[in-house]
Amino acid sequence: MELFLQQVFNGIMFGSTYAIVALGLTLVMGILNIPNFAHGHLYMLGGYVTYFFFATLGLGFWLSLLASMIILGMVGVVMERVVFRPLTGQPPINDFIAAIGSLVFLEAFALAVWGPQGLRITNPYPETFQFLGITMTVQRVLVIVAAAALIVGLHFFMKKTVLGATIEAVAQNREGAMLTGINVNRVSAITFAISTATAALAASFLSPIFMLSPSMGAILGMKAFIIVILGGLGSIPGAILGGYILGLIEALGGGYVSAAYKNVFAFGALILILSIKPTGLFGKKEA
Amino acid sequence: MFTKPIHIKLFFLAVLIAALLLPLFISDAYMFQVVIMSILFAIATCAMNLIIGFTGQASLAHGAFFGIGAYGVAILTKAGVSFWLALPAAAVMAVLIGLPVGLISLRTRGHYFAIVTLCFGVIMWIVAGNWIELTGGENGIFGIAPPGDILVPLIGRIDFSSQAAQYYLALAFLLLTLWALYRIVYSVFGLTFMAVRNNEALADAVGINTFTTKLISFEAANFIAALAGGLYAIVIGAVSPSAAGYGLTFNFLIYLILGGIATLSGSVIGAFAIPILMESLQFLQDYQLLIFGALLVVVIIYFPMGFVGGLRRLNQIIADRRRRKKSEAVHVSG
Repeated sequence: MELFLQQVFNGIMFGSTYAIVALGLTLVMGILNIPNFAHGHLYMLGGYVTYFFFATLGLGFWLSLLASMIILGMVGVVMERVVFRPLTGQPPINDFIAAIGSLVFLEAFALAVWGPQGLRITNPYPETFQFLGITMTVQRVLVIVAAAALIVGLHFFMKKTVLGATIEAVAQNREGAMLTGINVNRVSAITFAISTATAALAASFLSPIFMLSPSMGAILGMKAFIIVILGGLGSIPGAILGGYILGLIEALGGGYVSAAYKNVFAFGALILILSIKPTGLFGKKEA
Repeated sequence: MFTKPIHIKLFFLAVLIAALLLPLFISDAYMFQVVIMSILFAIATCAMNLIIGFTGQASLAHGAFFGIGAYGVAILTKAGVSFWLALPAAAVMAVLIGLPVGLISLRTRGHYFAIVTLCFGVIMWIVAGNWIELTGGENGIFGIAPPGDILVPLIGRIDFSSQAAQYYLALAFLLLTLWALYRIVYSVFGLTFMAVRNNEALADAVGINTFTTKLISFEAANFIAALAGGLYAIVIGAVSPSAAGYGLTFNFLIYLILGGIATLSGSVIGAFAIPILMESLQFLQDYQLLIFGALLVVVIIYFPMGFVGGLRRLNQIIADRRRRKKSEAVHVSG
């Protein structure tokens, strides 16, 4: 029972990360219709930027986190402007190839600047405590709480602010939004910034727990894609739910079946589900 | 309609003669190895071109099928099977594994297909790294013997332990691949591939079985990729999970896009120019992928048809200008 609870706790923690990363991806994919395959690599970059501010410049954890979010937000704006906007109207596969080019670039960039060895920032909250017989560290609880706060915050942003409504309008009908005078390009830039900044947030919270490495973005990016497809393109609740479910599947599968094949569960689940329903679990019917 | 002008034919002939004479001019064993690897990558890239370039389905499991070929040959030759049997067996294995993968993934379209095939690629890569009894895990399989001698009538016994012999073996497979692809692409059957790429709904409406067409293209690409992988195993003499990884897929994609998608020569040019360029830019070792990643983005935005596509456009512009001059001359004299 304790093992089970421990795995569930870990699963929720992983799931929190997945949920945040998938949330950012589903915003970009659903609203801008851009398959930003480099999303996992932007997460990776966010982790390294936090490392730079925290370990290299010696800023505090929260300040580093904020700086990382701001910088990654700017990276997102630049990426939208330089990489994806010129490709509007081209065959969709070109977006995908451009994203692969970006991820190759980002990974090589991290490799050139920080080197291939794993880096870790010192845990700002290393204290542990016992709860229901399982061991928790404050940092891990913080990940869960921060994810929940972010999800709630984003929900209110989308539903209660004008900017959120604008983003939703563009998602629903791009041409219609243009006709009502919405600057679609500005909305695209903002959406990208939100997406990359939230990825940076997730990476910052996890960087004291897991090693940073240039290749860590690839698998996470693919998992985020899986979640987005299963949860339905552009569906925020789908991304959140999918994130937590995937985290739990992995933690339980890894704990009880095989740790080495932990990642296979996620990819296998996707292949299985898409083979039954080719447009995703909550996907719309193809036009 | 499909015949090429005579100067292009002569150019191809010159390239072929140069390729046949190349071993006489390369003294550096390392550089020779790079050239042989480029040939193998060219074979795999040509195969990728068939499914991505001509059929329009972004299969990102390509590296996995290359890996199946490499591991298949490694495992079978280690078990005592002759290379000449192991190579076709590994390629057939790739087709058999590709069948359920294709049946499942080809039901999806566009981005979804790319992601599903990529997931399959990642699964293969994880399996290659963890199924230690079969694949040797992260260390891979070492000491794969070169192919056994074969007796050819008139020529005699050919020994494949030398680099030059392996070069000609790889070159023969590249020519075979190009010939096969040429026959496929410029046939009515090849036209159905392109019809599916250009407008799947329309292709369906005129009576093309689009699913079967895509599946055949996918499987043909897998078969050729596995052949290239099998040759890779004996040329390098070892395989490791990186020979089945998605990094390899991305490399092929870079060769394909930079060389020129949907052109037969483009994939060969890309697969040759880029690795050799990388070797000669050794001082940029750490920044190579930085450059190629950025280059991929620039090319897809500004020159989506790559190097060969760019050449063709240039050719077109020159031809147009000439025609305009000629018609102007006619107007003046008339």
